[in-house]
Amino acid sequence: MIREFSQADIFFIVSAIRWTLLLSLIAFVGGAIGGMLIALARTSRNVVLNRFARAFIEVFQGTPLLMQLFLVYFGLAVVGLPINPLLAAAVALTLHASAYLGEIWRGAIEAVPQGQSEAATALSLSYPDRMRHVILPQAMRVATAPTVGFLVQLIKGTSLASIIGFTELTRAGQIVNNATFQPFLVFGTVAALYFILCWPLSLLARHMEARMRRAITR
Amino acid sequence: MYQFNFRPVFDNLDMLFYGAWLTVQLSFSAMVLGLIVSILGAVAKTSGGRVLRFIVDIYVEAIRNTPFLIQIFFIYFGLPAIGISMSPNTAALVALVINVGAYGTEIIRAGIESVPQGQVEAGRALALNKVQIFRYVILKPALRNIYPSLTSQFIYLMLTSSVVSIISANDLAAAGADLSARTFANFEIYLALTIIYFLLAFGFSTLFGALRRTFFNYPASR
Repeated sequence: MIREFSQADIFFIVSAIRWTLLLSLIAFVGGAIGGMLIALARTSRNVVLNRFARAFIEVFQGTPLLMQLFLVYFGLAVVGLPINPLLAAAVALTLHASAYLGEIWRGAIEAVPQGQSEAATALSLSYPDRMRHVILPQAMRVATAPTVGFLVQLIKGTSLASIIGFTELTRAGQIVNNATFQPFLVFGTVAALYFILCWPLSLLARHMEARMRRAITR
Repeated sequence: MYQFNFRPVFDNLDMLFYGAWLTVQLSFSAMVLGLIVSILGAVAKTSGGRVLRFIVDIYVEAIRNTPFLIQIFFIYFGLPAIGISMSPNTAALVALVINVGAYGTEIIRAGIESVPQGQVEAGRALALNKVQIFRYVILKPALRNIYPSLTSQFIYLMLTSSVVSIISANDLAAAGADLSARTFANFEIYLALTIIYFLLAFGFSTLFGALRRTFFNYPASR
């Protein structure tokens, strides 16, 4: 039966935002941890670590997110785990975010002048101390704007989790559309909700970037 | 223990390669048309009036802050409600063109603005006319500045295009979905698809790198 597009449907779609946010949060936190490891490996002098991190980044930046989702989803059966859309989406998006954040943060670490690291070494600081007290705090300033920018990409990326059957914002829209057959309204609403989530972050990223550029040229 | 079965992959390699060819075709068409949209958008943004600039801003922001999947759903399922229906393949192309057009607008605008104003003034001092200034003073350095962004945008577009399989448009991902529905060797098929996408992306980025060294290999002005 086709029914009207009602308030209840709007409520259903809006409340599905929490799953989009949860998935984004998991992927961002997981990706931050993974990305930090990848960035450190990528800037280390250890050849094996460096090569591994580089391959990791190339693979995840050189293949579609959709394929990564499918591979993890169907790969769960390969490693003997029950197939679960949330788990698969969380793992795939975490790996995806690790690669992108790893590459962003590698650039930020490399933007810190070589002399800083040399000065810290001259003060006989160990590698962890050098990273924690000298390099990373400075790299963080460079990294914030592109990191916020990537967050927008990540939130948009969670929409693909709908394809493996996780009921977040996009899937909620599809469900309502199947019942009401008002695709123009339904997908328009869903698009507007994504826009409300992403636009402030885009503006923030742009604002930070502009401030950063002014700080550098001054 | 999971039993791997790569037979369906090796038995249907021709189908997968044909799918890859469709993906390349789709990506190229979308990129060429998207570039036309981008150039128009960038020109409107840099030298258009206030209203025009505002419209282009809305277009760019709306596309960049919503998922591609929703854009394609809106175009394929939503637009027929106002009398615009398309086949899955056309909808896929239109969605990709609109998407890449928004990103391209920003890339090209940045490229135009990246040429220092002093260069233009120098061109004017040499009594070059507007067309000559654009052709010799702005275009070439601007092209070199945006080439890396445009080529990575193309690769990103090719990877994103896998999503069009969801509305059953024909591409590499659709060939894989079809195959996995018939053979149930899901993991093996998606592994093969991922490898093919990777090879495509890697191949094109190598090609674009070689082209850059051929055409833009003169000393940087900065």
